[in-house]
Amino acid sequence: MTESGFDIAGLEAGHRPVSEFRYEKRPVVRGYNDRTLYVNVGDGRIAEKPVSADMRAKFTGGKGYGLRLLWDAVNPSTKWDDPENEINIAMGPVCGNTNYPGSGKSLVVSISPTTGIPIDCNVGGYFGPFLKFAGFDALEVQGKADRDVIVFIDGDDGVVSIFEAPGEAVDSHVLAEQMVAMFARDEKDRQHISSVSAGTGAEHALIGCLNFSFYDKRRKVARLKQAGRGGIGTVFRDKKIKALVVRYSGLDVSSNNPADLAGLQETGLKLHREIVTLDDQQCRMREIGTAHLTEIMDEYDLLPTRNYKFGSSPDSPGLNSHAFSAMVTHGLPDGCWYGCTMACAKAADGFELATGPYRGHKVTVDGPEYETVAGCGSNIGVYDPRVVMELNFYCDTYGLDTISFGTSTAFVMECWEKGVLDSTRTGGLEMTWGNGPAALELLHRIGRGEGFGLVAGLGVRGMKKYFAEHYGADPKLLQDIGCECKGLEYSQYVSKESLAQQGGYSMALKGPQHDEAWLIFMDMVNNRIPTFEDKAEALYYFPMFRTWFGLQGLCKLPWNDIEPADNSSTDEPAKVPEHVENYLAIYKAVTGNDLDRDGLIRQSARVYNFQKVFCIRMGKGRRIDDWPPYRMMGPVTVEEYESRADRYDKQLKEQVGIDPSGMGTPEKVAALRAYREDRYEKLLDAVYKRKGWNREGVPTVETLHDLGIDYPEVLEVVKPLLV
Amino acid sequence: MPSVKRLASDSSKCIGCGACMTACSTLFFKVDDPARSCISVTPSDSGSKITVCDQTCRLCVAECPVQALTVSSQGVVMLDRKLCVGCLACVAVCPIAAMRHYPGSANPFKCIACGACARKCPTGAIGIVVEERS
Repeated sequence: MTESGFDIAGLEAGHRPVSEFRYEKRPVVRGYNDRTLYVNVGDGRIAEKPVSADMRAKFTGGKGYGLRLLWDAVNPSTKWDDPENEINIAMGPVCGNTNYPGSGKSLVVSISPTTGIPIDCNVGGYFGPFLKFAGFDALEVQGKADRDVIVFIDGDDGVVSIFEAPGEAVDSHVLAEQMVAMFARDEKDRQHISSVSAGTGAEHALIGCLNFSFYDKRRKVARLKQAGRGGIGTVFRDKKIKALVVRYSGLDVSSNNPADLAGLQETGLKLHREIVTLDDQQCRMREIGTAHLTEIMDEYDLLPTRNYKFGSSPDSPGLNSHAFSAMVTHGLPDGCWYGCTMACAKAADGFELATGPYRGHKVTVDGPEYETVAGCGSNIGVYDPRVVMELNFYCDTYGLDTISFGTSTAFVMECWEKGVLDSTRTGGLEMTWGNGPAALELLHRIGRGEGFGLVAGLGVRGMKKYFAEHYGADPKLLQDIGCECKGLEYSQYVSKESLAQQGGYSMALKGPQHDEAWLIFMDMVNNRIPTFEDKAEALYYFPMFRTWFGLQGLCKLPWNDIEPADNSSTDEPAKVPEHVENYLAIYKAVTGNDLDRDGLIRQSARVYNFQKVFCIRMGKGRRIDDWPPYRMMGPVTVEEYESRADRYDKQLKEQVGIDPSGMGTPEKVAALRAYREDRYEKLLDAVYKRKGWNREGVPTVETLHDLGIDYPEVLEVVKPLLV
Repeated sequence: MPSVKRLASDSSKCIGCGACMTACSTLFFKVDDPARSCISVTPSDSGSKITVCDQTCRLCVAECPVQALTVSSQGVVMLDRKLCVGCLACVAVCPIAAMRHYPGSANPFKCIACGACARKCPTGAIGIVVEERS
């Protein structure tokens, strides 16, 4: 046994080598390696691939590289569990610098089990930057192993190996510690090891996530950040991968070899100082991370409660930021990559688990993020922060996405309320609103792959089909209240009163995640984009701008979760102009290449449109796929309407031109619905036009030509749809 | 009771000759350059302003993500350049700009209370002190 408490020698005795590959170590040049690493866990092939000049020019890096490699690996009929599907992890040129906050992100893409189209996740932790400094701009993992394997990339010695690993744990909080204990040469080396893993839940559910570790030197814990959305953890375990591990011990300012270190340092220091000076007056990210949002969302009627029926609750103070602030450890540099002074990766230490296989263990819980507080809290009617923490911990270690678990559980609870489910169908679980113990037990059943856990693990779209087929539930009702689009569960904001956000969610390429656009304040609160054209412009600019983070390996949060003191007096405060200038400056400082605002958008637009065509190639991505469930557009039920009757009556009168007096509530619900659905159609028209797509949401040949991505294989997808 | 060894200053005695900065930058960077000195002397309304780490607030130590900044047994905040990843968060959190950085260099630098500058000061405006701290 080692000091860590693991029998590492025993685990290593069970290893059986599969294959090994030695490569020449070369320094990064201005943010690029210009080669990628291919690993096939099915047949053991390992190889390096050069990055072509065209790939670098058109796809930039990060998500662009991941998608380009994935396109070439799959065909239009590829399903998520086919061996040719890949998990690609790519970084981008700016990724890994230690000067500008938020520069350590990895972009992960795969064909999703829940959507069938490409999913992309932006995740922190050390794996991506270390992989880059080990020598590769991207890692492409293909094939399916027969037995559990670990892939180890030794960036110090230039060796990649695959070996069978029968004895290691599957659940991430244990496995990540085992990897550190196994591969670190000494105590100092522990922070040079990072792993990617999933968990036992990802073996039984389609909503599996990946955990990227980062060793916390002060806590002496391998902490975890999640590539949460769309089930990549499920693909990972289907490939029988236990862990991807990287070692890199040479980190310093020259690792990313920027063209102009002094320039990079200058811009980085400016933002560091802004964060240090202003954060406590703005978002309090350094204190409690994104969980500061809960009370703000509640105040603006945007906090999802009871499966997005409502936007606030009198019980919400139980989950406010101060409740979680009291649980996390303060005063530590909680960045998920070096140099991030925003430090939002909070953690509660010594948290004693009350349920499940690790009951009684005292653990470090990463988070909770706002999305988890809302998804595993208010949206399922749970207002006990300890229950949210426990759900957070188990979702992570089981390798399950807290957002999809939360939204799926909220759907289950509403189905219970509406009589679709009962205790015989749930295996005795009383899935009533706010039943925290039942939600936890449901989670453990997913972890064990047992009973109703297997049904819930299908996610909302899978459950809708299952409940209709097996329980005779009304498909129309399920469609209205099942909060998914394209097969992905919604993230945690109520979009009913913001038409622009309905579009931001439902037109998002991968499914309804808010990382393409979050326009609620701009649209609903400040009314800055009143016309369809205004909304369309916002739904062009922001998704393109935000895509750029994923091309570079950047985090979105330091863009607008901290703002310069004079930001509100600028022409376009929602864009945070000074920070856009920062991005152009650090891009130039790293790569040596000039970039202006239009060039930035153009880099994104190429990859964005390529991803759009990729979605169409895989069978989704047209107008019909951009249609939200009505729960995300307006009040589905009489109960919802009457909870905000004054608001909706006023809208009927002033916007629809109907006098609601004398009308029954069901009649008013129908009238409002007809109005809102018509407006959504008009929004689709306006946004597609602005994006250079036809009325069906298909990019035109002219658009693809203008962007320089009119490759024959791309045109082959769209041409039949443009006639 | 832990002690703190630090460079104490009395700006009323400072004549702004810059000998301290010359001594510091020459010792540590082999150049005579105020921008590479751990102690900074700038003109002020009352004569001179002396900026140097007082070794006590230790915000930089708390902020360092790799624990490259530690407090020595003499109470001096020290930087281990082998551990430093050059993020400069310490520079940003320093409330008096005594954690210094030269553009384009890999690591920040700061006063380690060596006393080389004090030995060159012609007026006794700076000197090493050792204080007991509760």
